[in-house]
Amino acid sequence: MADPMRIRAQVAGDKATVRVLMSHEMETGQRKDVAGKTIPAWFIQEVTAALNGKTVMTAQWGPSVAKNPFLQFTIKGAKAGDKIAISWLDNRGDKRTDEAAIT
Amino acid sequence: MKTFVVGMAAMLGALGIARAQGKSVVEGIAEYRKMLEDGNPADLFEAKGESLWKTPRGPKNATLEQCDLGKGQGVVKGAFVELPRYFADTKKVQDLETRLVTCMETLQGFNGADIAKTPFGRGEQANVTALATWIAAESRGMRFSLPQGRVEEKKSYEIGKRVFFYRAGPYDFSCATCHGQDGKRIRLQDLPMLTKNPGDGIGFAAWPAYRVSNGEMWSMQLRLNDCFRQQRLPYPNFGSEATIALGTYMGVNAKGAESIAPSIRR
Repeated sequence: MADPMRIRAQVAGDKATVRVLMSHEMETGQRKDVAGKTIPAWFIQEVTAALNGKTVMTAQWGPSVAKNPFLQFTIKGAKAGDKIAISWLDNRGDKRTDEAAIT
Repeated sequence: MKTFVVGMAAMLGALGIARAQGKSVVEGIAEYRKMLEDGNPADLFEAKGESLWKTPRGPKNATLEQCDLGKGQGVVKGAFVELPRYFADTKKVQDLETRLVTCMETLQGFNGADIAKTPFGRGEQANVTALATWIAAESRGMRFSLPQGRVEEKKSYEIGKRVFFYRAGPYDFSCATCHGQDGKRIRLQDLPMLTKNPGDGIGFAAWPAYRVSNGEMWSMQLRLNDCFRQQRLPYPNFGSEATIALGTYMGVNAKGAESIAPSIRR
């Protein structure tokens, strides 16, 4: 199973800044191993952010996103104590969801 | 992807401002590094290391919570800024990583020699790096103060000093060739002066670090291993006396420097 994400979310005014670190290999499918064989592509395809269970953002990612990706975005109208949940789904069908409270 | 674009624009903007205000290149780089620190993936390794410390593992199905890192059994905070040091049970000067391997052997029943032979980033060696990352993070903001009270520790420092100045290999390089002068850099990388305290969070006080260029978490052992590679010398064995002595030399020289490990590097 995939390693947990690190989610930090802080309110500033009427907005909350959310910062997420995901643990993922993000293999492009372009690299070769020492034996000359192509390393199969393995990357996050879909990222979803939900505020108190309501989806506020979806993103389609591809192989050009870096290993262990960092994502930052702001949500309007989020309050301290709200729950932010981030989910990703990769091209192998692996998924992971982590949740954090906004401070 | 919008956030990424905005982030890039912010970075470029900052560099532009740096130039406009007549800041030095070094200050501009420092500012850029500050921005990167916000999302340091070392956090992920830190979390992994903490859970590895507390999870029963290995043939003996034990945790590492009884491990003595030099400040008593189970004491993690502050241990990092006092390593390498002499350990009476192994009768050796050990750095953080070799000490962790000792604990994994005695407490958890792993084969230490097998771990030492495992390439960096694989199997139990990857776990040693994650553990080292977490243990270093527990001492973040503390100042280096390596013990030098024992004859073995003084000897380790002296060996380290000699290795540091020893010129060898096809390029006739020593560590001092790159790290023996102030204010030098290779492209955008500052070369810390390691024969004295290079300052807070520089050199020995910055590793383990996350390498952005290859997406790997690098421990001090791996950092030194790469220094040997850049000098075109044979790879030192994991936990060899030479690498630990170099750690002692840099650590003692860095006395009073603040640790920022785990940091983020190119």
